[in-house]
Parts: sequence; structure tokens; C-alpha cells
Amino acid sequence: MKTAPAPRRRARPTGTAGILFDAPGPKAKVRHNVLTLVGAVLLLLAGWFVWRRMSEAGQWDGDLWSPFIDPEVWTGLILPGLWGTLTAAATGAVLALAFGVVFGLGRLSERAWIRLPSAWVVELFRAIPVLIMIFSAQYLSFAVAGEVLPAFWAVVIGLTLYNGSVLAEVFRAGVRAVPRGQAEAAYSVGLRRGDVLRLVLLPQAVTAMLPAIVSQMVVLLKDTALGYIISYEDLLNAGFRIVPSNFGNLIPAAVVIALIYIAINLALGWAATRLEARGRRSRRSSAAPVTAPPAPGT
Amino acid sequence: MLIDNPLFENRDAVLTAFWATVRLTAASAVLSLILGTVLVALRVSPVPVLRWIGTVYVNIARNTPLTLVLLFCSLGISNTLRLNFDVEDPSFNGYWLAVLGLTGYTSAFVCETLRAGINTVPLGQAEAARAIGLGFTQSMRLIVLPQAFRAVVAPLGSVLIALTKNTTVAAVAGYAEAAFIMKEMLYESTGGAIEIFLGFAAGFVVLTLPIGFLTGRLAKRLEIKR
Repeated sequence: MKTAPAPRRRARPTGTAGILFDAPGPKAKVRHNVLTLVGAVLLLLAGWFVWRRMSEAGQWDGDLWSPFIDPEVWTGLILPGLWGTLTAAATGAVLALAFGVVFGLGRLSERAWIRLPSAWVVELFRAIPVLIMIFSAQYLSFAVAGEVLPAFWAVVIGLTLYNGSVLAEVFRAGVRAVPRGQAEAAYSVGLRRGDVLRLVLLPQAVTAMLPAIVSQMVVLLKDTALGYIISYEDLLNAGFRIVPSNFGNLIPAAVVIALIYIAINLALGWAATRLEARGRRSRRSSAAPVTAPPAPGT
Repeated sequence: MLIDNPLFENRDAVLTAFWATVRLTAASAVLSLILGTVLVALRVSPVPVLRWIGTVYVNIARNTPLTLVLLFCSLGISNTLRLNFDVEDPSFNGYWLAVLGLTGYTSAFVCETLRAGINTVPLGQAEAARAIGLGFTQSMRLIVLPQAFRAVVAPLGSVLIALTKNTTVAAVAGYAEAAFIMKEMLYESTGGAIEIFLGFAAGFVVLTLPIGFLTGRLAKRLEIKR
């Protein structure tokens, strides 16, 4: 004999919703239906407005969109641009991590002459806009060495200084998130400060801050688009300057490259969420997960 | 030395540029707060369609580079689609197009910050509110929102700081704010790149440090001990 299925718990909306409202009663259901209708109508109106503006400006012409089914446009223009974006992001990420480790540990140092300058550097580069740093990198190198820095390195330096400073803070938070008893126990069995950091604190801190680091990579990748302003040949430059100058299709090109950026960043964001979920399940680290600082980036 | 550097010679232009930065920040901050609140209302609403609209908007705005957003506003919306605020006055038009882009981008982060604030309120608080017979509006007004707003003061401060710095990207739309003027000065003057960098860096430190300091202090004062 089959047993009756266990009574299902009343469905509670997940996430944020859970705290804000109960399962709807009859009155609330009517209200929800009305709101659904209003939302759908507003969405359709907005869609219709965009559609009409676009057709008034002749933006739906097949000529403007067909370049994107031509493989040569991809292999010759867009993919090289994407490669430029990814190489700048990868180089910037590696350097920013190194910068973050150095200055994050610097801020944790027991010696004031290391701790204070590290703190100033981190706070300074977090306060200055990345674009200002990119311009400065180009022209300061001219003032010092008599040569304007190549756009690639100007972008990478800007990204490294800003994201490195943010990562230094993430790093510090990660080490601090390890319960104090861990370090105390390590000291009490006779380890030195360097060994305590290397053997006990850092392995646990890395697990805790991995999601925050991956989220920061989204910021870093988006910021490579600033390279457009100094004519670095990145995805934005390929999609917003070169493709439209060949085909006169600014808006379709913008839509296509925006979708590429969104897809890459959503993938990174998804990885961060996965890592966070795994970090919460795992018992490997006693440190609470470090959440990414709410830095929108550019 | 102090007198004949390019920063001092162009002090009027520099001050005007920073004033433009402040005006961009202020207008975008107010509008982002409004749009962000609307978005968070959509994202936490019980109606799936509204939630979906909010989520899609936030994910698009959050994952597109701001440079692309602002370029789209100036070249796409203004030049191609011919949607303008004022055709007669290019500076006014550029200002509001930049505010439009900055608001569209920043409001997604405001929304996420506010949502995180609502998430910090323990579920038990809402359950307790219902247990003593408060309705939805009452429990929101008296229990949930006051705690949520207190929790997001410091993160909203960070978003405001980021917005201040992000106004520099309006340079891409040709709007004469700080980064744009800085580039002109670097390009035109023969020397003094170091002074120019230090001057503009100091300008942004002066603008952003008080925001962080004030919101940090306010957050400490409003903190809820759990």
C-alpha cells in the first residue's frame, strides 16, 4: 500500500520575499493579478516605445544587423577586441592580486612603518577614479621617461592600483575573519608570526574570500572598457568604434557587445555564487565568508 | 613654482570642472535613490512579473560597463535615436544625458544594497510582528524597514563614493567634468603632469573622504546590536 504523501509545507516565497509577506489570501490574490496586469502593460508600453523609436530611426534595417551573421566580422573585428579585453583583464587581475596580497599583509603588519604607508596607499587608490589613474599613468610616464605609455599598460596600471587596493581590503578582512583562537593556538604550539600566517590563517582566509575575489573580477573586467577612452583596442572599441564605422550600425553593435559583456560577467557572478555556497557548506575553513565590498566599479 | 604650474594657471577651469562633477553626482544620486527604491520594491514584490522586470533590469545594468552605458546615451540615444533634453543647449543636453546614464547604472547598485539591507533583518522579527497581530504595512513600517535602512547607511555611502568617481566617465560623452578637463590640460600643457595628477587626485579625495567619514559615523550610531 502506498503511503499518502506527507503534507507539503505551505509554499513560502524564497529569498527576501519570505520575510515580507505570507502566502496570499483571496484578496491578495486579486491584488496580485491586477499588479501582474499593470506590470505587463507597462512593460509592453515601454517595449512598444523603444520599437517605434528604433523603426523611426530606421534601426531595424536588415543591413544594420546582418554584419553580425558574417563570420568575418567576428573573426576580424569583434573577437580581436574581446581578446584585447580579456588580456587586459587577466593581466590586471594577476597584478591586482599581487598588489592586494602585498598591501593587505602590509596593513596587518605589527610594525607601524609598514602598516601606515600601506594604509595610505590603499586608501589613496580607492579614493581616486580609475580613469584619472589611467590618464595619469600615460602622461606621468611621459614626464618621467619621455614616452607615452602604451594604452594597454595604462589600462592595466589603472586596474591594478584600484582593484589591488580593494583586494587588499578583502584580504585583510579574510585574515581577520579567521577566529582569533586559531592564531592563538598556533602561537602557543610555538609557531612564528610568518608561519602562523602561512600555515594557519591564509589557507582558511583564501577559502573565505574566494567569492569576494571573483566578484571583484567582474568589476575589473567591466573597467577594461575605460580603455576605449584612450583608444585601447578592446571589445568596446571594436564594437562601438570600428564595427559602426564600417557598417553605420551603432545601436545594433552596442546591443551585441553589451550582450557579450553581460554574458561574461553573469558567468563570473554565477561562479562567485557557487563558490560562496560551497564555502558555506565546507568545514575546511573556520572563517565566515567575506562578502564582496559593495563597489559598483565603472 | 606653485604659481607657474598649469594647475594654478587654469584654476578657474579646474574649479568649474569639479563643480560639474559635484552637480552630476548630486543629481544622479537623488535620481538613483528614487529609481533604486522603485526597483527594490519590484524585486521584493510578491508578483512574479514585477520581480522579473526588476531582476532583468538590475542584471543588465550591473553587468554592462558604465563606459558603454554613457556612450550609448550620448551617441545612441542622442545622435542616432534623436531623443534629447534640449537641442539648443549642448552643455545642458550633455549634462542630462550623463545624469540619465549614471542614474540608470547606479540605481541597480542602490537596489541591490537596499535589498541586502532587507535581508539583514532576521526572519524572526517579521514573524514576531505578525504574531502580535501587525498587518503587512504595519510590520513593514514599524519593524522591517527601520532596521533595513539603518543597515544600509554605510553601503549606500560606498555607492555614493563610487558614483562620485564614476562621473569621470562622462568625459567619454564630451561633458566637461574633472577627468575631461584633466585630459585637456595634460594634452595641452608642456609640463607639470605630476602637479596635475596630484591636484585632481586631491580634488577627488576631498570629495569622497567626507562621504565615507560621515556615512561611517552615521552607520555606527544607527547600528543595531544583535
